[in-house]
Amino acid sequence: MFATADVTTALKGKFPQVSDRPSSDLPAFNVPVGEVLAVLAYLRDEGGFDMLVDLTAIDWAEGASPRFTVVYHLLATTRGAYVRIATNCPSDAVPAVPSAVGLWPGANWHERECFDLFGITFAGHPDLRRILMWDGYPYHPLRKEFPLAGIETVLPDVEVAAETKAKVIAAPMAGGPFVASVGEMNLTDAEPRAKDESWNERKEKPE
Amino acid sequence: MVTSNNELAYNSKIEGEVVVTRADAVINWIRTNSMWPMPMGLACCAIELMGTASSRFDIARFGAEVMRFSPRQSDCMIVAGTVTYKMASVVRRIYDQMAEPKWVIAMGACASTGGMYRSYATLQGVDRIIPVDVYISGCPPRPEALIDALMKLQAKVRTEPSANKLLSA
Repeated sequence: MFATADVTTALKGKFPQVSDRPSSDLPAFNVPVGEVLAVLAYLRDEGGFDMLVDLTAIDWAEGASPRFTVVYHLLATTRGAYVRIATNCPSDAVPAVPSAVGLWPGANWHERECFDLFGITFAGHPDLRRILMWDGYPYHPLRKEFPLAGIETVLPDVEVAAETKAKVIAAPMAGGPFVASVGEMNLTDAEPRAKDESWNERKEKPE
Repeated sequence: MVTSNNELAYNSKIEGEVVVTRADAVINWIRTNSMWPMPMGLACCAIELMGTASSRFDIARFGAEVMRFSPRQSDCMIVAGTVTYKMASVVRRIYDQMAEPKWVIAMGACASTGGMYRSYATLQGVDRIIPVDVYISGCPPRPEALIDALMKLQAKVRTEPSANKLLSA
């Protein structure tokens, strides 16, 4: 097992394609998508990074290339050291990376969440279903082009939708988003409110 | 032979234990004083709902302490918390399973209007899928507010033409 200070040299010695990633806190590395599982397995087995703390993704906005980056945070529980591994998805339209469930079973739900909210598929995942939104929801809400208010679609349950005539609607923003004010003030003034209160649900926003 | 009747008041020997009243009044009296809630606890409002049920506030004083987790045994659904679209169908189905007569209290900002969750995942008010009788403001409302809503609901039930509804049903 190598010590914390040696993560960079050990990793780069073993995988020449690994490069440093700008980071203000943890040691961080960019890894090509083909090597990511090998790097994670090496860090787990040789580096003592036995815990997958987080698995998430970044959407660098529509039109950017590479558009999606998957990020892994590892922790060595015996010595309290962290490391961050990032890998770019090769395809911007159909992003996919290999699944880490074989290394850490805990990656299962993280990857399902990533799939649900970003639309990134994890090759080899045993049960890649949506986890937060319902099955059949047509969008991936954390993508940059998706508005916070949502997009109109049908309710998950067709019987309830037919009975109630209710739909999934774009939530009325009414001057929002609602943000808290910062600085020295009392709680009443600081509580979240719309920055522009000149319009609401009944009164249209002036163009 | 005519005897003078000088009794002006209720005579228990003649009339027995009989009280004369209207059917509406007696049905509504029974309903208001034993309104079993269906606790639909979906978020932090449910904590205040639990507080309302426990000893300090004691919703039993108003006959609503029997929280039933079966919709078939409950009269009043208390929607306490944020209703997501994913949960909305479940809320509606449970409401459909409750026996008539049934009432709904929308507890707190989220259940009433979506509250601060103006987002893609949240139903913008539970009244879009089920009829609501009483709305409570607050985030979350204090137990007093829930008790006040229950009293408002009881006042509403007292004015209902229950006997007519029962006969025409």
